[in-house]
Amino acid sequence: MATTYYSEEHEWITIEGNTGTVGITDFAQEQLGDIVFAEVTKANEEVTKDEEVAVVESVKAASDIFSPVSGLISEVNVLLEDAPETINSDPLENGWIFKITITNPNELDDLMDLDSYNKFVESIK
Amino acid sequence: MTEAQLKLSPINDLHLKYEARMVPFSGYSMPLQYKLGVKQEHIHTRTKAGLFDVSHMGQICLKGDEVKDELENLVPSDIKSLNEGEMRYTLFLNKEGGILDDLIVTNAGNHLFVVVNAACRHKDIKFLRDNLRCDIEELEDRALMALQGPISENVLEMLAPGVADLKFMSSGEFSICGAECFITRSGYTGEDGFEISMPSMMAEEIAETILSHEDTELIGLGARDSLRLEAGLCLYGQDINEMTTPVEANLGWTVGKRRRKEGGFPGFENIIRQLKDGVSTRRYGVRPDGRAPARAGTEIFDLEGNKVGDISSGGFGPTVGAPIAMAYLDSPSIETGSKVSVLVRDNLLPATITNLPFISPNYKRN
Repeated sequence: MATTYYSEEHEWITIEGNTGTVGITDFAQEQLGDIVFAEVTKANEEVTKDEEVAVVESVKAASDIFSPVSGLISEVNVLLEDAPETINSDPLENGWIFKITITNPNELDDLMDLDSYNKFVESIK
Repeated sequence: MTEAQLKLSPINDLHLKYEARMVPFSGYSMPLQYKLGVKQEHIHTRTKAGLFDVSHMGQICLKGDEVKDELENLVPSDIKSLNEGEMRYTLFLNKEGGILDDLIVTNAGNHLFVVVNAACRHKDIKFLRDNLRCDIEELEDRALMALQGPISENVLEMLAPGVADLKFMSSGEFSICGAECFITRSGYTGEDGFEISMPSMMAEEIAETILSHEDTELIGLGARDSLRLEAGLCLYGQDINEMTTPVEANLGWTVGKRRRKEGGFPGFENIIRQLKDGVSTRRYGVRPDGRAPARAGTEIFDLEGNKVGDISSGGFGPTVGAPIAMAYLDSPSIETGSKVSVLVRDNLLPATITNLPFISPNYKRN
């Protein structure tokens, strides 16, 4: 069964087997505003937890996306090339950004479940 | 600067009521965006009417018998030829011809009405006091709002009958909600529209009255920036500063015909030489070929790999539907149509040099 974890950088990662699908949360897309460009800069690369692996740009500014876990970036969401605004309209499903083959499942313990994440968001609002 | 030290706009409560995201800007707490978001606010302004609070900008009254002659000592534009009600975009210059600020001067009859940038207002007031003998009064009890977009005329004509007769870059006194307002047909979005100077005490009521029109929305600084960028308009401190001259900034048109002959403004010799002989760097438009925006500070290279300039403002143009930027580029080696590369996150991305603006302005000239 798929389990979803959340980071303090406002990313979500859904784990199925040893593959994680990563996107940004609804709170994050709301804060960023209208997204006009998204790019995974470390496609097909080995990355470590908290490394900058992608960038999303709103009308206002560019924001780095950090990998919530270590692993190999195995796939990027090609839909975002032509429709980056999908991250705004559907951040938790079709607006996913990349998939990663995780190398250290223990790192998931550092992440939050939905309940903890929601409390975290409330605390920073 | 802590938030407690930030100055508040006269309509700060209204911003909060409409759920603005407030940010520090030039010492003021100002709305970056409202619920619509930057992109929709931008598009709303281009298609309907957007109301902007620009009360952070400095409003100055200059009064005196010789005020036009005196002001001409500081700016390159023809001020003396401004008839009552007419207005002009111009520049305060330093001795080398560098730009100290950009401003709008209106002949308001018995005085000149001057609007300067928020970030420069204290510097400008000192500059004026050091150089002019006329009366200089900063109108600190006045709010300033801009209503911009193709239906602005319809919206404002209902509240201030007669404004529809104003032409682009002209002004008049009107009454809105019983308050005395000074209205100019101008703005900084590339759209038809108005700027309304009003008593601060009445600003909230006037804003609410304008907003009661169903096609009017509040617009924040985020969309103001993307709108002016599409319109090819400079942001002081970013696209123009003390190190750039009007000719380099592609603002040579601010140098009046009579002034080119007579001179008598700071940097005259340098500017006339540049107008005659050309400049080594000039402001152009840049269109990245792909979708990645190239932001301010991005380096630009020619196809041989030589650095040819830097982006001064860059982002995404919601109406253009693509990334756009303005840059200072080596002249004359780079010109309109030149293919270049922009260095974005260590990648050289293809881009094309263009003329400005990126959209056709929609000013009401006749």
